[in-house]
Amino acid sequence: MNIYERRRIKNTLASGLALACVVLALIPLVYILAEVVIKGAPALSWEFLTSRTVGTGEPGEGIGNAIVGTLLLVFYAGLIGLPVGILTGIYVSEYGNNRFGTTVRFFNDVLANFPSIVVGLLAYALVVAYLDVGFSLIAGAFALAIIMIPIVANTTEEALRMVPNSLREGALALGVPRWRTVLKVMLTNARSGIVTGSLLSIARIAGETAPLLLTAFYSSYWSFSPTEPVASLPLTIFRNYNSPSDVLLEQAWGASLVLILIVLSLNIGVRILMRPRKRKHKAVKRRWMTRLSRKT
Amino acid sequence: MRGNEKGTSVLRGKPLSFGGDLVFRYSVMVVATLTLALVWLLVIMMVIDASSSIDTFGLGFVTGDVWDPNRDVYGALPFIFGTLLTTGIALIIGVPLSIGIAVYLSELAPPYLRGPLSFVVELLAAVPSVIYGLWAMYALRPVIVGTVEPFLSDILGWTPLFAGDSVGLDKFTAGIILAIMIIPTIASVSKEAMMAVPDSQREAALSLGATRYETTRMAVLTYARSGIFGATILGLGRAVGETMAVAMTIGNANVISWSLLDPGQTMASLIANNWGEAQDLQLSALIEMGLVLFVVALVVNVFARLMVGRFMKAVPSTGGGL
Repeated sequence: MNIYERRRIKNTLASGLALACVVLALIPLVYILAEVVIKGAPALSWEFLTSRTVGTGEPGEGIGNAIVGTLLLVFYAGLIGLPVGILTGIYVSEYGNNRFGTTVRFFNDVLANFPSIVVGLLAYALVVAYLDVGFSLIAGAFALAIIMIPIVANTTEEALRMVPNSLREGALALGVPRWRTVLKVMLTNARSGIVTGSLLSIARIAGETAPLLLTAFYSSYWSFSPTEPVASLPLTIFRNYNSPSDVLLEQAWGASLVLILIVLSLNIGVRILMRPRKRKHKAVKRRWMTRLSRKT
Repeated sequence: MRGNEKGTSVLRGKPLSFGGDLVFRYSVMVVATLTLALVWLLVIMMVIDASSSIDTFGLGFVTGDVWDPNRDVYGALPFIFGTLLTTGIALIIGVPLSIGIAVYLSELAPPYLRGPLSFVVELLAAVPSVIYGLWAMYALRPVIVGTVEPFLSDILGWTPLFAGDSVGLDKFTAGIILAIMIIPTIASVSKEAMMAVPDSQREAALSLGATRYETTRMAVLTYARSGIFGATILGLGRAVGETMAVAMTIGNANVISWSLLDPGQTMASLIANNWGEAQDLQLSALIEMGLVLFVVALVVNVFARLMVGRFMKAVPSTGGGL
């Protein structure tokens, strides 16, 4: 076997190995999805989705309160996190070309990769312990908002930077004040990017468990008050995963299925929804180009 | 304006002197500062909450090897140790796999597969941590107890790392789960670093007659190594802070044990597993543990950001549901 042969074989082996890595990484993903669907689907029923978790393992229990709890947590977190995140993104993109802007950007990147359990402890220290609200919906939402802010800020910044400068200059040349330029022209044009970031951040916080464990805790009742502990899908899974009762274990799998459906549909939906826009844009551009070329 | 050099507009910079502009500029600035200021304020509050533990144990907290709620003695060493071991396993398994994935996605994959495959790998990061834990309990654990661990203890049982019987809920299982969870982060950021390698590098290697493999090794991996290293550090940060999946699979033993087949506990999983019943000094000690974790995460992430700042956008925003 000469050296060329050996190099060719080495090359083929290495390519195969790289492909094998991809396949190996996809096995857990497929396996998890299959397992969750197979074990979770039998649990689903109208009753299961609409009744509360009693926790005794009697038939007739459900995850209704956990679904409502997760929706409430995401809603309140969005109420705090989205405006703050978007405004932070605006600052960094529009006014952040200085040392202070760089600092904000730096800490946003750091915060975006922070362990969420530490964020949970931070929220605990303020809302649960210092403000003495106790374990509550609002404490959980606060923790989720802190997780959300850097994600929304980073995507907003990115989206604003994609807006062509000519639009900004055009607006300013017409005498529009800067703040109106940002709010009307820039935000309108960056809309789809900002929506994408917001939806992805919601997908991210919907599955967060550790911060909720430390702040919103858990409730087996229907609870809507911001100052009371609240149930959530991830916490339902965590409470039941080790249960000797088959009913409760099935509850965990059912909750997993609902949760994963929410998270994946947000992720995949965003990807599908945001794609045609680009194509449409290109199609419009192409139509114009053909029209122009016909004229000349 | 420096803005001009960066290819942005001259008009982006200092506000024009309208009243509305000043108000707008300063209000967004205040909001942008808010989060940062708040985080540091909250850290101070955590220190206050942890003060009784800090007063009682002082620096000995970090080196104390006993965690015993019955005697009210708390030390962090077993959990620092557990975190190091599980993170180590995760990196040993996860990094080569991730680099393989990144190489495939940036160098080998046909263009029409690149986008979809990257997306699917990133989806791995979208699965919530608690579902990883549930899956590990009922799908991964039987495999590990049945085949992987007996095999490891047969051939490596003489080393302290693989001594003892396999139970399935142990540091090894937690490490495997962590490896799966850090793959999307390391793979995405490494891929981004490799795609940033100028084509001239590849062309130079190819023109010298190098094969694809040799090109990748000489031109791409060498050029992108700092990016790959930074990606690894980001993965390390993720593994250190990962909570729920570890808490569900590591077996909750608050002792130091070298064997990967023994149950253990990490810093994060300790907080999650003991939060429900902790009170007074124990609660304070858990918060102090959180502070240690905060410092570790801060150092790791600041370092990673300095290494791979340019590629930070590649981190799957759907996080690990840590």
